[in-house]
Amino acid sequence: MKRVLPFIIVAVVGFVTLGAGIVLYRAKRPQTTAIPKAMGASKEHAEEVHARGPANAAVTLEEYGDFQCPPCGGLEVPLQQIERDYASSLRVIFRNFPFAVHEHAHEAAYAAEAASLQGRFWEMHDLLYREQAVWAKTKDVQPLFDSYAGMIGLNLERFKKDAGGEQVKAKVESDRKRGEELGVKNTPTIFINNQSVPPTSLNPVALRAAIDAAVKDRDNGS
Amino acid sequence: MKNKRATSKPAGDTIAVPRSQIVIYSIVALISLAGLADATYLAVQALTGETMVCGGSPDCFKVLGSTYARIGGVPLALVGAVAYFSVFSFAILGAFGYARVRRFLLFTVWSMFAVTLWLLYTQAFILHAFCRYCLFSAAMVFLLAGLIVASRSP
Repeated sequence: MKRVLPFIIVAVVGFVTLGAGIVLYRAKRPQTTAIPKAMGASKEHAEEVHARGPANAAVTLEEYGDFQCPPCGGLEVPLQQIERDYASSLRVIFRNFPFAVHEHAHEAAYAAEAASLQGRFWEMHDLLYREQAVWAKTKDVQPLFDSYAGMIGLNLERFKKDAGGEQVKAKVESDRKRGEELGVKNTPTIFINNQSVPPTSLNPVALRAAIDAAVKDRDNGS
Repeated sequence: MKNKRATSKPAGDTIAVPRSQIVIYSIVALISLAGLADATYLAVQALTGETMVCGGSPDCFKVLGSTYARIGGVPLALVGAVAYFSVFSFAILGAFGYARVRRFLLFTVWSMFAVTLWLLYTQAFILHAFCRYCLFSAAMVFLLAGLIVASRSP
């Protein structure tokens, strides 16, 4: 018995580790699979959604993002290149999903929504991502965001008032709530034609492949 | 006579192991279990893609989402989990008198020690960010190396 006991101990620990790993994997697997038809972006009023690209595009890419999240910032440049390359067939929608763990994520989302009230959402969106490394490390971000507002030609007084107002907070909260209903837990979470993209595919090559597949599906369907 | 009492009884092709060695092997096994839990958690995170997205510490993402966290597409944490499990297995077998496993135990622990030094250097000087799970693993490897050194001293 003494000769086999160590092998039994090792085997038990091996099986327990493997079992725990499988249970954890199942629990952590992304739960977002698809956006129900009733919640599709096309059902909403255009003014409620931040979208760029043709409204009748073959592919709609919906992103849940946090302006202070490093992976979101890292994905932004390749995503913009994809937007340019698929200009006629891709519509991009952005929704806020700021995390409390990121010190300035909510302020950044409010700044983008305040810019939206003056019709400059995407300009602020692009600027916030481009300058993420700068403002993310700053203690007081408001003066920086004010300067960004000036750079993209916003009425500064109105921007300051809107950024602290209830309307932008309600919009951010509404985006977040929608994300939670869809099972969004991390950012960026991306849906292509209402189907969620696995986190392991959040890279330019896999995204292009997913968009190509969606275009092909649409072509075959029509 | 005193020395005889301080050893466990050999069985078959095993040898008698001094009690002090059994204690050290047992501690090594326990520490490797802690490291195994840590590495398994990180490996699962990497396999689900959680380290590629954001929802927690930006520094952790910087480290775990970096290219240094994978070798040929395989998460380094998975390799770490295998290494910790090997250390656990060797320690248990060593404690039960399987003398031959000692060299494998030494090789594995010193290999992990070398990799840990490289990873600490990478975090400090290349990525400029530290991941707390990686630091915990580094602490476990340092403890293992310390115990291995202690077990060799007279």
